[in-house]
Amino acid sequence: MKPGTTSAACTALLRRDLALTWRRRGDALNPLLFAVIVVALFPFALGPDAQVLERIAAGTIFVAVLLAALLSLDSLFRSDLDDGSLEQLVLSPHPLSLLLACKIAIHWLTTALPLIVIAPLLAMLLHLPDRVLPVLLVALALATPLLSLIGAICVALTVALRRSGMLLTLLVLPLIVPVLIFGAGACNAAQAGLPYGAPLLWLGAWLVLALVLAPLATAAALKISLT
Amino acid sequence: MNADLHEKPPLLQARALAYARNEEPIFGPLDFSLAAGEVVLIEGDNGSGKTTLLKVLSGLLEPTSGEVLLNGVHLTLAKLSHQVALLGHLPGMKLELTTLQNLRFAVGLGGIRPGITPAIALASVGLAGYEDQPLRLLSAGQKKRVALARLLLVPAALWLLDEPYANLDREGIELVNRLLLTHAQRDGAALITSHGAYAYTSGTPRRIALRAQAAQQPASEVHA
Repeated sequence: MKPGTTSAACTALLRRDLALTWRRRGDALNPLLFAVIVVALFPFALGPDAQVLERIAAGTIFVAVLLAALLSLDSLFRSDLDDGSLEQLVLSPHPLSLLLACKIAIHWLTTALPLIVIAPLLAMLLHLPDRVLPVLLVALALATPLLSLIGAICVALTVALRRSGMLLTLLVLPLIVPVLIFGAGACNAAQAGLPYGAPLLWLGAWLVLALVLAPLATAAALKISLT
Repeated sequence: MNADLHEKPPLLQARALAYARNEEPIFGPLDFSLAAGEVVLIEGDNGSGKTTLLKVLSGLLEPTSGEVLLNGVHLTLAKLSHQVALLGHLPGMKLELTTLQNLRFAVGLGGIRPGITPAIALASVGLAGYEDQPLRLLSAGQKKRVALARLLLVPAALWLLDEPYANLDREGIELVNRLLLTHAQRDGAALITSHGAYAYTSGTPRRIALRAQAAQQPASEVHA
């Protein structure tokens, strides 16, 4: 008898979820498209005045990315619950929190990373000054994993409920408001020529905290949901 | 380790096991034990708690009272082992992925028995040539066979099978019986549920009868 190692289990999970995302790549691109559309609509609504757009650029991009991430959260455990894979994950003798951390990592990689990659284009659409762009990218790189981690806890809590979409949104929104304030705040400070290090450091500190605690909380919440 | 070394504890033991959902008893209290090499049939009508019993025995649900011992050790969700494989109503597999991809994932998660590969397991459930077929294209019975192939691969001594005969043709039912027999001969044990329409035909298995709680009759162990 050869019980598998935990690293083998994590690798298998990562490979399976990547393969699944590739099979469902149309769905996976949905959040990306959503964010691009939201940002692209602003110049139409507000007019092409560069000064106006410049002022709202960072905030708009942040809100669009956050909403796009929210859109994709519900699918995090949904299909696994529906086809029984989640039961098998919970029953595997490996630490559930570690397996879920892998799932969250894949979720971030497939939904948030494309958004960060396309962020320079969004910034260009809204005339964001070039010197603010690096700050925006760093802020997004810190804020989006936080979203995936916080979101995962909420999804785990609500996944077993039948119409969980509304409840999930209500649960997640208050939790991500601070992320939005600090992320967009850093960009606004950089744009105004003020020091922007502190909000970024705060985001980084929360991210470290969430990286350690969120998978544990997600695992606990999921076990409650399944019983 | 201790004095128990001479007297090996049974593979699975349930003591006064009962489960209630929202104060409403689902089954129990049940007492039974399962030794290596045994196949036991859990019989009961629809709604008598067969599926719930298997979930409790796998550790997925916490029993309301009583305890489950696996090789003499308490079984909880926090301390699962490679010893148990659960085959539920849901296949636990991805329709978008091929049969081989699904089995490779199961092996990654659960480990593998020596001397078998996913391809061999597929062939032994009669699905040779379907390695690269997405699961979505298979029939319900074929999906069940893939799920059975998973059982062959993972190194679990105790199989908990929920309605393994559902969706299977006559040949498939024989296949399940053959797999169970081989598993029992390799010192494995299995608990299978059935609502009575199909039956385990190899030999005369021990039966545990579950009755709907409305009948107000305690579940009893019947030796067939």
